[in-house]
Amino acid sequence: MRTGVANTASVIAAFRKLGVRAALASTPDEALRSARLVVPGVGSFGAIMDSLSDHGLVDALRDRIASGEPTLAICLGMQILAERSEESPGVAGLGVIGGSIERFDEPVLRVPQLGWNQVTPDGTCETLRSGAAYFANSFRLTQAPDGWGVATTQYGSRFISAIERGPVLACQFHPELSGAWGLSLLRRWLVRAGAEAVAS
Amino acid sequence: MKSTRIIPCLDVRGGRVVKGVRFQNLRDAGCPVEQATRYERDGADEIVILDVSATTEERATAAETVASVRAGISIPLTVGGGVKSPADAERLLGAGADKVSVNTAAVEDPGLIDQLASRFGSQCTILAIDAARDDETDRWVVVTRSGTNRLDMDAVEWAREAERRGAGEILLTSWDRDGTRSGYDLALLEAVSSVVRLPVIASGGANEASHLADAVSAGADAVLAASIFHDADHTVAAIKQELAELNVEVRL
Repeated sequence: MRTGVANTASVIAAFRKLGVRAALASTPDEALRSARLVVPGVGSFGAIMDSLSDHGLVDALRDRIASGEPTLAICLGMQILAERSEESPGVAGLGVIGGSIERFDEPVLRVPQLGWNQVTPDGTCETLRSGAAYFANSFRLTQAPDGWGVATTQYGSRFISAIERGPVLACQFHPELSGAWGLSLLRRWLVRAGAEAVAS
Repeated sequence: MKSTRIIPCLDVRGGRVVKGVRFQNLRDAGCPVEQATRYERDGADEIVILDVSATTEERATAAETVASVRAGISIPLTVGGGVKSPADAERLLGAGADKVSVNTAAVEDPGLIDQLASRFGSQCTILAIDAARDDETDRWVVVTRSGTNRLDMDAVEWAREAERRGAGEILLTSWDRDGTRSGYDLALLEAVSSVVRLPVIASGGANEASHLADAVSAGADAVLAASIFHDADHTVAAIKQELAELNVEVRL
């Protein structure tokens, strides 16, 4: 899905390394109908929600994720699953999960968080594994949603760095930029999402 | 815990990696795709490509270089050199860059930082500052146009302004130390990293692991080096091992 000018070239390149063809959907409608959807995220919470709203697709994306159709949400793509964000006060998110997105507020932290940090999944995660992932974010989810497998990461305090439920995976980090670890995560998501012939 | 990023930098001209001293006397240092993939294999946390091409024709090859490097690596790629407008940035992002760095064009038109940040996001917008020590006025001044132009402009203040305008990171190169292998300018690093909350990447002068560790102590969030990795006298893996022994948190 095109969500503004994101690093979609890197996402597409990562899937190509796994022997999978990924393409940028020409319309959001087309994206929502695809068997496996990636929602990248660059820009701002408000800008993405405005764009979805302009196309009348807020409900369709919410339903798609709520009903467990294969979807991978990256970075800001994960944040819009929440109800709201400090980044764009007054703008409603998809509300697939409860809670709000907050800015890293500890004064000693460099913001944005740019770089590699450790991801630790809880025992219920099937797709997520421990490892170092690449982050580029100023905001994050702090409250674990009910009914999802949850991975956490420490930056100042602990935050929710990824969540999964069936073939729906949402990552605050960038799996497409997280080296071999990130590629193996994408491969597991593809398998879980029913993709065949994923290169090992 | 977040680790310190070790960032090999490829200075590219006309599709080839080059290296000079204080931006001059450029010599050939190899193929960008081969070098970038080797660096990733060795544990690089990110790759920076700075296109130092002189002409527009040469610069047209930059997007091709970016696309072929992107096809070969699975770590973040920052590209800079000659970015004068959001359209230039978009071309590089479309080719596979994850972040874009601006330098001279932002000095000449600081509003470019605001434009890039609002269009592509702060995390995508890097300001590269080339700073030279000016003993007469007891400060660092900004130099542009590959070091040929020394401005009456305080480098520390410029970093602060860039943060206000929405930059997401500062790539801070000491012009005095670039290519000299005499260690980073630690006073400059401290001066800049203490006035901004943004991550600061130290650049210019690295020769050994202790230089990198010193930069981290001085406030750097990441350390960039070119010469020491090109000549293969230090691999990224070996430098990271040494840094771990110096108690710097690195991704191994």
